[in-house]
Order: sequence, then structure tokens, then C-alpha cells
Amino acid sequence: MVTAATPPTLSMETSPQPLPAATAATPLIEVEHVDFFYGATQALRDITLTIDEHRVTALIGPSGCGKSTLLRCLNRMNDLIEGTRVARGSIRMRGVDINGPDVDVIELRKRVGMVFQKSNPFPKSIYENITYGLRLQGLKNKARLDEIVEKSLRGAALWDEVKDRLHTNGLSLSGGQQQRLCIARAIAVEPDVILMDEPCSALDPLSTSKVEELIHELKTRYTIVIVTHNMQQAARCSDKTAFFYLGRLVEYGETRTIFMNPANPQTEAYVSGRFG
Amino acid sequence: MLPSSGQPADFPVMKRFFDSELETFRSHLLLMGETSIRQVRDAMKALVESDAALAHHVIAADDELDTLEVKIDEEAARYMNLRAPVASELRLVIVGMKASHDLERVGDEASNIAKRAVRLSAEPPLKPYIDLPRMSGIALEMLRDALDCFLNGDVQKALAVCHRDTEVDQLNRQLYRELTSFMLEQPATIGRALELMFISKSIERIADHATNIAEEMIYLAKGQDVRHSEQVKKPASPAT
Ligand SMILES: Nc1ncnc2c1ncn2[C@@H]1O[C@H](COP(=O)(O)OP(=O)(O)OP(=O)(O)O)[C@@H](O)[C@H]1O
Ligand SMILES: [Mg+2]
Repeated sequence: MVTAATPPTLSMETSPQPLPAATAATPLIEVEHVDFFYGATQALRDITLTIDEHRVTALIGPSGCGKSTLLRCLNRMNDLIEGTRVARGSIRMRGVDINGPDVDVIELRKRVGMVFQKSNPFPKSIYENITYGLRLQGLKNKARLDEIVEKSLRGAALWDEVKDRLHTNGLSLSGGQQQRLCIARAIAVEPDVILMDEPCSALDPLSTSKVEELIHELKTRYTIVIVTHNMQQAARCSDKTAFFYLGRLVEYGETRTIFMNPANPQTEAYVSGRFG
Repeated sequence: MLPSSGQPADFPVMKRFFDSELETFRSHLLLMGETSIRQVRDAMKALVESDAALAHHVIAADDELDTLEVKIDEEAARYMNLRAPVASELRLVIVGMKASHDLERVGDEASNIAKRAVRLSAEPPLKPYIDLPRMSGIALEMLRDALDCFLNGDVQKALAVCHRDTEVDQLNRQLYRELTSFMLEQPATIGRALELMFISKSIERIADHATNIAEEMIYLAKGQDVRHSEQVKKPASPAT
């Protein structure tokens, strides 16, 4: 399963055990003093925060504050954008600097999967959407692929709705189903972390609550970082919340504290809908 | 709490069209506070001055507090339903509902005192009114300080309210002993002495409600629940 032969490796030595949410949090990703630039534009300023394993971390803040940028830093998706650089600081996953010279980016992105705001299934069948990444990794065994497809679709709470039409086009699904298909695709490769950038912003309330339910279930096996503009959603599904403004981390803490008794008046104004 | 150095210079904070709903809610709670203080003050005045007319007035005015409590509950339910408040707004709504309940009970105790004042006004006083006005004076100060904390977030004042509760408890016990000996020595005073005992108990309850309100206001200001915590623990009171 691990393709990169060179240490250091980002993968886990043993298969992940589901952890009950009540256990003490272990730091999985440590962001330290990160400055990030798009060309000459600085988008992140001195960001330091720790993402805990098997927890849901919500990133909130007004448009343009750098949430998506930080999210993309976590699996080096920003590498795909010309002229970007982490000018200072480090991001470590299980102690390994993800921007280090030995890191296999493909492997990193397998460990740290992503679900986008607009569901973006490939214009292929449901089955192929899920197996695409696995086939790229060289997995050919039909029985094994079938097994992973079922497991991933069940994991994304979509199996019952699509099990009889696995070979129809993914684009024929409803918006909410497409988003869950993207989540199924993300979990098919068994990542450690799932990054979600406004995964529910295009969904109706019912599909939204399905995805929220799903997030709640997924965190027993994965670490989730979610960007959302929906304050109630952040309050409902996350364990920790980070509030950003103008590229800075203003406040980071337990979600219940951020929404019940934030320390910073700006956080208070933002979560109360007084920002603007 | 601020991991990054410095803060964004300007952070635009706007008013929302429904902010007036919260203002109304706050003002209703303040009105309840003022009204219940007035009710206690008038009930005690009626007692001390044997003013049956004033006592009747207090009894009739209790409706005001009942109506306000219902109004505050309705507003709170509506606000939570429509605005899904968070942070200090959510605490305000929760505290508003609890404090209005305490204030309504303060009003009930004021009416109880007033009813007894009506009966006592028909008889000669058992003894000069000294201890009861002293107790009610403390209880009223406690209520006033708890409401001040609501107005200006003065948490120290609210903590002091919690500590003063013991003073009222002690005065209440002292008065019990004194009135018990009256009754033993002069059985003819039993009726009046019992009325006074119940009044004393009412004042003690008012101080309890003031303490609750103070704790609620600390929660509102700090987001910290101090009930049953060391911070508000009373010094060990002597056994009776
Ligand atoms: N590809 C890019 N090239 C140049 N600048 C960019 C690029 N992407 C983002 N930015 C800038 O970086 C800053 C942070 O953008 P980012 O997309 O991280 O914000 P965001 O918090 O995700 O906002 P939103 O809530 O609107 O999605 C913004 O000022 C934005 O204009
Ligand atoms: Mg974004």
C-alpha cells in the first residue's frame, strides 16, 4: 500500500484502530509559525495550530481570510498553483515535515484526502469514481475493488441509495449524493486525514445533515478538517474551532468554548454574525 | 489565547436589524429587577408603618412581575428559535430566563410579606421592627448588586452577593431563637410571632434568590458556572 520506499514515511505502522472520542487527543498535524504567499501577496501570517487525531477541526472566518489556503497547505495542493511558497515555519505530520525534501507528495495526498465545495465526481460511473485512485495505485483485483467500493459507499452513507446502479454515471446523482460520492472516493484510499472545503455549501438541509452525520461517524476512523461558513455547522460537528481574520489565527480552542464563551471579542462578533 | 502577535487593526462590527429584540429583552429583565426591588421595599414599609393600604397595593402589583416573566420566556424562546444565538447572546437568553424566574419568586415573597403585614397592621406590634428591616436591607442590597452586575458586568460585586447570603441566614436564625422565647414566655404572642417568623423566612428566601441571580450574572459575564464552587462557598455557619 505504501509506495514511497524512502523514509521518513507518513503512513502509520499499524492499521488504524477506531478511537472513542473520549480518549485524550494526540496531535497529528503541527503547524508552526507558517507564513504563506501567493506571489507577493501574503495569505497566511504566522499561523500556529495543532490538529488533533480523530477529531473534527473547523476553520472559520470571513471570506478571503485564508481558510482554504491553510487547508491546501496541509496536503500541498498549493504546490499546483504557480508562484506560491511557504515562506516561513513548518507543517509536520506525525513529526515529519511535509515540505521536507524526502516527502513523496503523491503519498502525502493519499494520506491527506480532500473533498471540495463543489462536488466534482469524474464523468464516469459511480464504481469507477471510487476505484480510480486505487487503479492508479495498481490495484487490479476485482473482488478486492468490489469490496472497497461497498465499504467506501457504506462509509459515506450512500450504499443503500446507489447499490443497484453502481455503473451509472456519477453525475446522474443528486448534489447531496454527489458530495457523498466524493467523500466515498476520498475514503476509498484509507487516508488519515480528510480535508473538507465547505462541503455542504451547495447542499439542501437534508443532504447537509446527512453529511454532518457522516462527519460524526468518520471521525472515529479519520481526522477531519472542515472549512465552513455555517456557524451552526461548525458548532454542531467540530471538536475544535479556529477563527481566522486577514490571514491570522485570531482564536483557536474547544468548539464549545468558541461558541459559548470565546476569549476574543472579534471571535464573539464573528460567531454572533456581527462581523461586517 | 492569541497565538499570533498583534491583532488586525480594524475589525468591522455591525449592528443587526434584530439587535433591538435583545435590547427589549434586556430592558424587560431590568424592569423586572426594579419592580421586584420596589415590591420588597414597599412590603417592608407596609409592615413597619402598619400601612395596610400599601400592603394591598403590593399584593395587587404582583401581577406585573408574573406578566413580565411570561413575556421574557416568550421572547427567549422566540429568539432562540429564530436567531440561534451563540456566545454571550446565548448566555444572556439562558440567564434571562433563569433570573426572571428568580425575580418572579422574589415578587411572590414580597406579596407574602405584604399579606402578613395586612394582618399584623390590625394588632399592636410585638416589638419594635429592627431585625427584619435590617435583614431586608441586606437582601435588597444583594438584589441591587446582582442587578448592577447585569448592567455593568461587575463580577466582584456579584461574588460579594454570594458571600453575604450567610449574613441573612444568621440573622434569620437569631430572630427564630428570639421569637421562640417570646412564644414560650407569652403564649398570647404566638400568632404575631409566627407571622414574623414567616416574614423572616421570606426575606431569607429573597436573599437566596438574589444569590442565584448573582451566580447567573457571573455566568453571563464570564461564561463560568460558579454554582456550588469554592468561589461562592459560604464560610461554615454555626449550627443552630
Ligand atoms: N490562486 C491564488 N492566487 C492568488 N491569490 C490567491 C489565490 N487563492 C487565494 N488567494 C488570496 O489569498 C487570500 C486567502 O484566500 P483563501 O481562498 O484562502 O480564503 P478563504 O478564507 O478560503 O475564503 P472563502 O471563504 O471566500 O473561500 C485571499 O486574499 C485570496 O484573494
Ligand atoms: Mg475558501
